[in-house]
Amino acid sequence: MTDLLPARSVDRIPYRLSTPPISGVLRPRLAVVCVVLALAVFLVFCWGISVGDIPYSLVEVVQALIGTGDAGTQLIVRELRLPRAVTGLLVGIAFGVSGALFQTMTLNPLASPDMIGITQGAGAAVVAGIVLGWDGGLSTQVLGLLGALGAALLVYALAWKRGTTGYRIVLVGIGIAWICTSVTDYLMARGKQFEAQAALGWLVGNLNGRTWDHVGPLAVVLAVLLPGALLLGRLMRTLQLGDDVARALGTRVQPVRLAILFTGVGLVAFGTAAAGPVAFVALAAPQIAQRLAGTAWPPPIAAGLTGALVVLSSDLIARELISGTELPVGIVTGVLGAPVLLWLLIRANRAGSGG
Amino acid sequence: MGSLVTKAKRPRTVLLLALPGAALAALVVLSMLFGALTVAPDQVWDTLRGHAPSNQIRNAIWSVRVPRTALGIAAGAALGLSGALMQALTRNPLADPGVLGVSAGAAFAIVLAVGVLGLNSVYGYIWFAFAGALGASVLVYVMGGLGRSGSTPVKLALAGVAITSLLFSLTSAIALTNPDALNRYRFWSAGSLAHQNGEVLLRILPFILAGAVIAFALAPSLNSLALGDDVATSLGQRLGLIRVLGVTAVTLLTGAAVAVIGPVVFIGLVVPHVARSLTQSMGVGPDYRWLLPLSAVLAPCLLLAADIVGRLLARPVEIQAGVLVAFIGGPFFIAMVRRRRLAEL
Repeated sequence: MTDLLPARSVDRIPYRLSTPPISGVLRPRLAVVCVVLALAVFLVFCWGISVGDIPYSLVEVVQALIGTGDAGTQLIVRELRLPRAVTGLLVGIAFGVSGALFQTMTLNPLASPDMIGITQGAGAAVVAGIVLGWDGGLSTQVLGLLGALGAALLVYALAWKRGTTGYRIVLVGIGIAWICTSVTDYLMARGKQFEAQAALGWLVGNLNGRTWDHVGPLAVVLAVLLPGALLLGRLMRTLQLGDDVARALGTRVQPVRLAILFTGVGLVAFGTAAAGPVAFVALAAPQIAQRLAGTAWPPPIAAGLTGALVVLSSDLIARELISGTELPVGIVTGVLGAPVLLWLLIRANRAGSGG
Repeated sequence: MGSLVTKAKRPRTVLLLALPGAALAALVVLSMLFGALTVAPDQVWDTLRGHAPSNQIRNAIWSVRVPRTALGIAAGAALGLSGALMQALTRNPLADPGVLGVSAGAAFAIVLAVGVLGLNSVYGYIWFAFAGALGASVLVYVMGGLGRSGSTPVKLALAGVAITSLLFSLTSAIALTNPDALNRYRFWSAGSLAHQNGEVLLRILPFILAGAVIAFALAPSLNSLALGDDVATSLGQRLGLIRVLGVTAVTLLTGAAVAVIGPVVFIGLVVPHVARSLTQSMGVGPDYRWLLPLSAVLAPCLLLAADIVGRLLARPVEIQAGVLVAFIGGPFFIAMVRRRRLAEL
C-alpha cells in the first residue's frame, strides 16, 4: 500500500473553520479508501441482487431500485432480493463499526464482540430455542437479540465496581463467553441430528430467506446508533492515552466508555439477531480497514464499509460459486476474510500498521 | 537487606505450590472414589493394591477411573502450561492456546477424516486431530512471520485468528453437508474425559512431556520477553529462537490434549490469570518460573473437578467435563477479576 500513499507531508491536513466552529485533521488516504470502499459496496450490492433464478442486468437492477423498471422486475427485486441484500449490507456495517469501537476502546485487536460474550449469548439463546424447543413462538431473531443483550448486561453489571475499565470488561466478557459457549456445545451434543444441523447453520451466520422483517429493527438501530458511533470515534482517541491522561484532557471517561459499550453492543446484538454471528466480520473488517487506510487505529466508517463489502461479496460467492446449495454466508466470510487479513499482515511494514 | 526479604518470603512461596498441589491430590482421590459404579473406599484401595474384590470393580477402577484421572492430569497440565506460554509469547491476555489455530486445525481434521475420507475407527480420528493441530499451528507461525517486520506478537495473534476462522468455515461447510462428520464434531466439541482408554494416554504422553520440558526450559527467557522485544534483545535473548521453541511447545501440548479431550482451550486462557493473581498476592510477582508450574497444577484441578461433578450431577448419564469446566471456572474467574486488579501483561 505504501507506494499508493500520498507524500508524507499531505498525510494529514489540519483544518480549522470559523463558522461552524469545527477543527480537525483531514486524512486524504482515509477519505480515498472510504470512497473506493463505498463504490465497491454499491457495485457488489447491485450485483448480488442481479443474480438469481431470473438473472437481471445491473442496469435493470438500478432501474428497479429507483422505481422505473417494469412491474415484474420491481416486484422480484424489491420484495424478494432487496431484503437479503439490505440485511447483508446493514449487518456488515453494524459488525464492522462495532468491532472498530471495541478494538479501539480496549486497544486490543482480539477484543471483537465475538470475544466478549455478546455473540455467544445470542448463540446460546438461539440454540436453546432450537434444541429445547424453548422458543415459545419467538423467532430466532428475538431470541438472538435477547441472548445478546442479556449477555452484554451481565458482562457490564459484573464488571462494574465503582466504574469499569476496558480491561475488566474484556476479562469478564471472556468468562461469560466461555459459559455461553459451553452451554451451546452441550446443547449441540445433546440435541438430535437435525437440530444440531439447524443450530450450526445459524451459528455460522446466514442470510438465506431474509425478509423486510429482518431489515426493519436493524435499520432503525443503525439510524440511531451510527451517528453516535462516529461521534464517539473522536472522543475515544483520548481514551487510548489511558484513563488518567484522558481525564486530564477533559474526557469524561466513564460516560464515554458506557456510551461506547452501549453503541457497540446495540449494533452487534441487532446484527446478530438479523443474520446470526457472521463469522469473523467484526474482528477482521476493522483490522483490514485500518491497514488499508494506514491509520494507527481502526477507522469506524471504513470498518463499516469493509464489513459490508465482506458480507455482500461472501453472500454473492456463496450463491454463485457453489450453485444449487444454499451455503450460509458465514462459511464464505471466513474463507474470504482470512486470506485478505493475512495478506495485509504480511505486506504491512510500517511500525504503526504492522502491529 | 535483600536476604532478609527473601527469608521472610520463603515459607509463603512454598505454600504457593503446596496448596494447589494438595488440592490436586485431593481431587485425584475423589476422582478414584466416585463414578457410575458405587465402590467403597477400602475396596478402591484394595483394587489399587492388586486385590480386587470382583472383576467388575477391577474393570471400573483400572480400565475407567485410573486412565480417566491420569488423562485429566496430563491434558489439564498441558492446557494450563500452553496457555501461560501462549500469553507470554503474544503478550496478550486474551490469547488462549487455541489462538495458534490448534483446536480449529484439530476440528477440521476430524470432520475431514470422518466426512470426506470416511474414517470409521473410534480412535483413528485422534491422530488426524493431532496432525491437524500441528499443521494449523505451523501454518499460523509461518504466516505470522512473513513480511518485512518479521514475527511480532500482534501479527502472530491475528494470523492465528485468521487461520482459525478459515478452518472454522471449512469445518462448518463439511459438518453441515455430512451428518457423520457433524456427529463426531459435536461430541468432540463438547469436550470430555470419558470413553478413553489408557493406551491413548500412553501414546500422547511423550508429546506432552516433550512440550513440558521445552516450556520449563523457556521460563527464564519468558521473563525477559515480558519486558518487550527491545529490552529482551538487549538482555541477550534470541527472540526468534524463543518464539520457535515456544510455539513448538504450545503445539505439542495443546495438540495432544485437544485431540483427545476436545477443544477445552479456555482452561488455558483462564488458569494463567489465576496463577498470576496468586503469585502477585504471595509477593513473587509475575515470574514465569512460578507461573508455569502453578498453571500446570491449577489447570488439572479445574478439569478433574469438572469431570467429577459431571459424573455425579446427572447420574447415570454424564455431563461432559468440557461443559462443566466453564460453569466452575467461569464464575470463579469473574469473581477473581472483580476482587482485585488483575496483573496486566
